[in-house]
Amino acid sequence: MLLFTCPNCGPRNETEFHYGGQAHVPYPEHPDQLTDREWAEYLFYRENTKGIFAERWVHSTGCRQWFNMLRDTVSYDVKAVYRMGEQPPALAEPVSNQPTSISAPEGAKS
Amino acid sequence: MSLLEKPYFLMPKGSAEMANSVNNTGVAALRRSPAEHLWTDFTVGSVAGERGVTLREVPFQTMVGIRVDPVSEAGVRLADVTGGLPVRCGEVTTGPAGVSVLWLGPDDFLAIAPGDAQDRLPGLLVAALGDGAGQVVDLSSNRTTFELSGPSARAVLEKSCAADLHPRSFAVGTAITTEVGKVPTPLWKTGEETFMLFPRASLADHLGRWLLDGLKEFASDRNPSWL
Repeated sequence: MLLFTCPNCGPRNETEFHYGGQAHVPYPEHPDQLTDREWAEYLFYRENTKGIFAERWVHSTGCRQWFNMLRDTVSYDVKAVYRMGEQPPALAEPVSNQPTSISAPEGAKS
Repeated sequence: MSLLEKPYFLMPKGSAEMANSVNNTGVAALRRSPAEHLWTDFTVGSVAGERGVTLREVPFQTMVGIRVDPVSEAGVRLADVTGGLPVRCGEVTTGPAGVSVLWLGPDDFLAIAPGDAQDRLPGLLVAALGDGAGQVVDLSSNRTTFELSGPSARAVLEKSCAADLHPRSFAVGTAITTEVGKVPTPLWKTGEETFMLFPRASLADHLGRWLLDGLKEFASDRNPSWL
């Protein structure tokens, strides 16, 4: 059982939390001007990081608040926990899920 | 104006509609609490003695859900009524007329008071919120109250609650939101050996039987063979 530290409630069991996917995916500035492909990338394309990953969690059976977490996807080591709207704290190792350009999948129309 | 158009707690006390709703003692006598059918089991299953543990339901407590930013003006007005709002996880404030407020989240609180407060407290809180951002909802029928007490109460809970219930981290007078037997519930330690649980009505039967099962072993005067 993993122990997560909720920013509001302190250390609690992993089973009290739910996962919310990759953190810091910005909402498009002009969503009406996106092509279908860009919209699909915003909705569905996520990093598949091996290493430290910034992700969202919600303490669903506790304070029901969302927060961010830096977690190592290999060792499951929780490196940092920070509130919604905050930037990830600086770590010795780089955070590797900053948005990158994604190559078009085979057969995709631009 | 029908009851549907106006919540009863907004009506002035003593009005005709009021007399026909909460103060109707005939209706009150017909109420069934969510675990009433287990009361005999609770009495029979409770254990006396130095390994004792007692389980009982406290029916029909007044509960009001409050969502408000505690530092806003509306939050300050609500705190005046309840005798303060808790500021961090675990804290419980106690106010006048037996009103206690549990911390559920940074802007989410549960006010608990004896059953006879139900025709006054929600109305007072609604009036205190006024036009401020937030909400006050009478949740008295949403949850029921179980009281687990006795020297073995903590041992019973620890079998099915993952939170750290050791006195050094869970002191008397603190309350947390957690899961007991997979049932989400606030857990409030009101005394050295007394815990209050607030399961939702539809889960009260399950949690009641679950806790009964948990206190069975303490009825045996022999130590378990694995000790």
